[in-house]
Amino acid sequence: MTAIERFDHPGEARDSGSVSATRPNSAQASNRNAARFLLGIALPVALAIGWELVVRAGLNEGRLMPPPSRIFQTLYSLAITGELWIHIGATLGRVGAGFLLGVIGGTLVGAVAGASRLSREILDPSLQGLRSVPSIAWVPLFILWLGIFEESKIALIAVGCFFPIYLGVLGAIQSVDRKTVEVGRIFRLTTPQLVRRILLPAILPAYVVALRQGLGLGWMFVVAAEFMGASEGLGYLLIDGQQLGKPDQIIAAIVTFAILGKITDGLLASATAPFLTWQDAFAAKH
Amino acid sequence: MLSVEAADKTYPNGTRALAGLNIQVAEGEIVAVVGGSGCGKSTFLRLAAGLDQPTHGRIRVDNETIVRPHPCVGLIFQEPRLLPWLTVAQNVGFGLAELPRAKRDQRVKDVLRRVGLAEYGQRWPRELSGGQAQRVAIARALAPHPKVLLLDEPFSALDAFTRASLHEHLLDLWNAFKPTLVLVTHDVEEASVLADRVLVMQPNPGRIAAEIEVDLSRPRDRYGTEIEAMKRKILWALDRSLRRDSGEDLSPAAAI
Repeated sequence: MTAIERFDHPGEARDSGSVSATRPNSAQASNRNAARFLLGIALPVALAIGWELVVRAGLNEGRLMPPPSRIFQTLYSLAITGELWIHIGATLGRVGAGFLLGVIGGTLVGAVAGASRLSREILDPSLQGLRSVPSIAWVPLFILWLGIFEESKIALIAVGCFFPIYLGVLGAIQSVDRKTVEVGRIFRLTTPQLVRRILLPAILPAYVVALRQGLGLGWMFVVAAEFMGASEGLGYLLIDGQQLGKPDQIIAAIVTFAILGKITDGLLASATAPFLTWQDAFAAKH
Repeated sequence: MLSVEAADKTYPNGTRALAGLNIQVAEGEIVAVVGGSGCGKSTFLRLAAGLDQPTHGRIRVDNETIVRPHPCVGLIFQEPRLLPWLTVAQNVGFGLAELPRAKRDQRVKDVLRRVGLAEYGQRWPRELSGGQAQRVAIARALAPHPKVLLLDEPFSALDAFTRASLHEHLLDLWNAFKPTLVLVTHDVEEASVLADRVLVMQPNPGRIAAEIEVDLSRPRDRYGTEIEAMKRKILWALDRSLRRDSGEDLSPAAAI
């Protein structure tokens, strides 16, 4: 439980950053965004350049902490041999499959638990209990059940994605305002109409946040899954770099993780943005 | 047009919110219902809207018994309750889903113009002031052309100037569509300025304590002596109804 709570925060922080980046409402706002972007990258860029200079000047040989040029060199050579794309493909495939399963499961179970008090009282205590098990603890069981290949890895990622999405859907349904539902009743909406015209739009903002948190956890758990023994994937690059003493390869893999995580989160955010323009209008005004 | 026949409402917790309520409202009439908290005035409105069922008795609109929200009956809540994910125009057209698009757009435009918000169709509810939002809510309730419009303290959250201007808007709309209006309020000035007839309700259990005819011609001057006299008359009736029942506010549930 503490693990999930702790991991929730980077997701939220990323949240506010990229939402504003995708909302260039006026020239002034985009100028401010550009300034914020530059301020945000100033520190890592300065550190990287500084370290590069330190190593170039011979003050440190950079064996354990290679300079940026050597990391890019490693990335570049991994890329031109095609090796990098194989690893990225394997990792993306696992995250994608696990995330998809987690989304389907979390959404369905969350909707069922949110739909009636009885189903919530049956389902929720068990799920809360399971949620407090650190997901990594399932690994031995998944390996016994599903083998050491893709299935157990995808299952682990799916479990990691499931809980934030389940909680998000359930919480969103429970917090739909009774007063808004009454508006639907006054206009004599049938139950399917009530779901489509009131409930779905009302829970959508919280659902998108839950999806982004789930995806963030998916990236977290893919590394754990690939540590379990993989012959390809970015997690394998990490382990391989450790075993062969190649810190440049480890950092190259970490950088790739960061870039992919950011890109997939941005894609998810911009895919859902058109449905949330009404919220944007609110945020832009304040 | 609207008739309440011996309506009784007892909530599951045992609170008797209404006891044998009888109300007749004629077509096109404006009736204000005033009363202290817990007198069952909001309960009465929820029954008339079809959101709740009476324990005994019945509510009829046009000789049809109300068992669920009825297409001829509109309700305006205390808060605007606009749907934040719809534009102003979409909110106003919310109850018109079965109309063809062109007709719906025309209806929305027409009713928005009548509440003085013709230019606001494409705005989001978040961008409106409280008074504008309540005007949109009025437009939304009026768009399906209901025969009976129920108003549940619709102006109570607004400042005095906005409230007065919305009274004018409401009377304009009433002149245009001539719906039957039932207005629940705790503002005696509002009741005297708008209503043809004022019903004073009394709590524990909720019932009619007095009925006051407001035989003043329109337009009425809200600062005139006639309205002042009417306000005093209503206040006096209210005071008497509350004094007769010293166990004030025993049933907070009835105020819902």
